[in-house]
Amino acid sequence: MLEIFTRFADWLAYTVLGLSAETKLGDAVHFFIEDVSKIYVLLVVMIYLIALIRAALNVERVRDYLAGKNKGIGYVLGSLFGAVTPFCSCSSIPVFLGFTSAGIPVGITMAFLLTSPLINEVAVLLLLSLVGWKITLMYVLIGMMTGILGGAFLDSIKAERWLRDFALKALQKARQAPVSNSQSEQPSLTLKQRHQFAKQEALDIFSRVWKWVLIGVGLGAALHGVVPDGWIAQHFGEGQWWSVPAAVVLGIPLYSNATGVIPVMESLLVNGLPVGTTIAFCMSTVAASFPEFILLKQVMQWRLLSCVFVMLLVSFTLVGWLLNALAALM
Amino acid sequence: MKDIKVLGSGCAKCTKTAEQLQKLAQEMNIEVTVSKQTDPQVIMEYGVMSTPAVVVDGQLVHSGSIPQTEQMKAWLTR
Repeated sequence: MLEIFTRFADWLAYTVLGLSAETKLGDAVHFFIEDVSKIYVLLVVMIYLIALIRAALNVERVRDYLAGKNKGIGYVLGSLFGAVTPFCSCSSIPVFLGFTSAGIPVGITMAFLLTSPLINEVAVLLLLSLVGWKITLMYVLIGMMTGILGGAFLDSIKAERWLRDFALKALQKARQAPVSNSQSEQPSLTLKQRHQFAKQEALDIFSRVWKWVLIGVGLGAALHGVVPDGWIAQHFGEGQWWSVPAAVVLGIPLYSNATGVIPVMESLLVNGLPVGTTIAFCMSTVAASFPEFILLKQVMQWRLLSCVFVMLLVSFTLVGWLLNALAALM
Repeated sequence: MKDIKVLGSGCAKCTKTAEQLQKLAQEMNIEVTVSKQTDPQVIMEYGVMSTPAVVVDGQLVHSGSIPQTEQMKAWLTR
């Protein structure tokens, strides 16, 4: 079914633009056209379909559901909901406080917030269409584990000690007098309302991410066209253990959402960068970014903030090493 | 005079909501003060998790999206 995009790119790059398939430029342009057209069409269709299904899911419902769950299952659920709940990263702080003031432990809230930028329908869709199901599965599992284990770790060191005062007070108050569960009773949606929501969602997300796709695929195409084959593999191959932490550190100042970084991921892989190094780099770019952390500063003390930061960097590095070692065995 | 607050941590949608309310009030010749409230503590006290949210005269009337024009008119005239 996806061949149609290859043919479209053949036609546009080789027939209309008259480029030769043999040249680096022709190859790069072809890659660019094929990926951009494919991703755009898939995005609009899939976002619409997924939004139809999850129209009734929102952060208020997730909060009511998570409040009062026991911890073990709470981390898993927090991370799962983080992956599927539509939610803009500019709402991180209100969501953090909303969860906290409902008495949900910091670890579960962080499981939600850490998984959320890493996994969403757009990221999964891009991964599936660009790098295949195996790496997609790996990416999703690692993303969720980061949330689950990270959340559990934060609770085990009693991270709530290092919240800002007002947030800690809200948490303690909620523990003493649990908030009733049925605060946000919502009527179920009609099909028409679902369609309305899905249409709006598809338009919203597309208008937000189209330029990221363009930039990401553009960078990918440039890598295709400019970097000599084998150069990356030779210089950052799995033999060099330091390439994983280096990739993670490099990812910190680079800030992108998952939509922008995944097309780059594909070309890094195609150019021979080991899968562990690639995933470590991408996750660090998406999850460990300064803008996000500056937001979190509003509710956390420096100690907790740096704790979360170091935790992310260490876990991405470990994941990178582990995957590279596994890939070498296979 | 009506007092309208738009709650939100400074995202594009919050700015838009405030602008639209201001503009609408002007067109309808209604006196209001529209202010943006970005303090997380205040947002928490209103129990809001999805922004932008709208508070009219101290009462929370909306949260989670840019409101429809019809809704905004209703708040301004009530």
